[in-house]
Amino acid sequence: MKLRTNLASPLCVIVATLLALLQPVSGQNQSRKNATYAELAKAPEKARAKKNPLENDPEAVVAGRILFEQHCAECHGETAEGRKKAPSLRVPEVQNAEPGAIFWLLTNGVSRRGMPVWSKLPEAQRWQIVKFLKSLGTPPANNSAAGPNSF
Amino acid sequence: MSVTSRVLVLGVFGLIFGLFASSKAQSQERPYFVTYDHYLEEPGNLEIEYSSTFGTQRQGNDFHAFWTELEYGVKGWWTTEFYLSGQTTFNDSTVFTGFRWENRFRPLAREHFINPVLYVEYEHINGADKIMKEVEGHDGEADFGEPNAILRSEHKNELELKLILSSTFKGWNISQNTIAVKNLSNEPWEFGYAIGVGRPLALKAAARKCQFCPQNFVAGVEMYGGLGDRYDFGLRDTSHYVAPVMAWNLPSGWTLKVSPGFGLNDNSHKFLLRWGVAREISGFGSMVGKLFGRGK
Repeated sequence: MKLRTNLASPLCVIVATLLALLQPVSGQNQSRKNATYAELAKAPEKARAKKNPLENDPEAVVAGRILFEQHCAECHGETAEGRKKAPSLRVPEVQNAEPGAIFWLLTNGVSRRGMPVWSKLPEAQRWQIVKFLKSLGTPPANNSAAGPNSF
Repeated sequence: MSVTSRVLVLGVFGLIFGLFASSKAQSQERPYFVTYDHYLEEPGNLEIEYSSTFGTQRQGNDFHAFWTELEYGVKGWWTTEFYLSGQTTFNDSTVFTGFRWENRFRPLAREHFINPVLYVEYEHINGADKIMKEVEGHDGEADFGEPNAILRSEHKNELELKLILSSTFKGWNISQNTIAVKNLSNEPWEFGYAIGVGRPLALKAAARKCQFCPQNFVAGVEMYGGLGDRYDFGLRDTSHYVAPVMAWNLPSGWTLKVSPGFGLNDNSHKFLLRWGVAREISGFGSMVGKLFGRGK
């Protein structure tokens, strides 16, 4: 059957372009994941040295978990184990990183690799997420490589 | 337009909105209706939004304009958006008024104190378009005074450019948009502006899931108006509005927005009431990809 398209219509062109754009964000292979983790190392010294102001807030982990479920779990997985779209946050690269470096990455995103800028969340909520992430530790299989869990 | 046609137009808008509304997702919407901040759609996510503007008209009939937006995050630095719009003018008719295709680009990879975003939009609309997604040039209340039958006979192909500058500091977002619009039918460039300030009611999230927690509400105010055109730049014969805004981001993924707007001079509509409802579908790109056998 021969399809007839009217390319002269601007609406057709736009709809065709939009459909072409509706392709999945490309899957992340190991090197891409490593590159994402490497972004943590790019955090400036000043950002890295920042202490979590909610470090001693007993509710920060619970609030951070709720925020994580709402904003991050879709890509990183319910338990931050990582999915096709975004890497695990329970690996030593993240768990051993300074809270300030994770906060910096959350704030700036890695927009070229699909990680959005999360500065739309207020600072306090980003710190709550950081506190939650640091409470996760590495999964049992990786524990020997990761060393003792910091939380 | 007959009752059947009106139902059809509204039905199409409703269908597009409802079609995807069952997927679980989470959104964090800006509260503004006119002003843009620097936050783009998350890559692979689709946001569907239905919005309305009710406007009073001193010489003519009040109107209810409505539009559906499909906003898709193509990349972390690129968001594309498709609009369909229509309007009902009371004691007149309901008409489809056209479509828009908008693209926003974030040129800087990292977050800065002031973050620029470049905005490019193509509009294929008619003169009956009343959604007032932006105000530019010498736009004014008098433009909407004619019956729909006359207004819709005017066709516009417009290119709209915006420079969006936005900053978020201590929970406050301050955004400023400079607007330049060119009707491609040999008319001069027209200019406009929009400024918005907003802040969540609480900066720290509560340690429980809740619908009415203050962090779910974002309140603010926006101001927008025209700045004349290339040959007559300035405030003469322009209209301006100030509008408090409020967004409610529900944990279930829905966002509700409302904004009463007030005209600031005689060229402006006296009162505009805007409201909108949005739903974000996470991973829409992947879902479509799987449908076509990609990404396996």
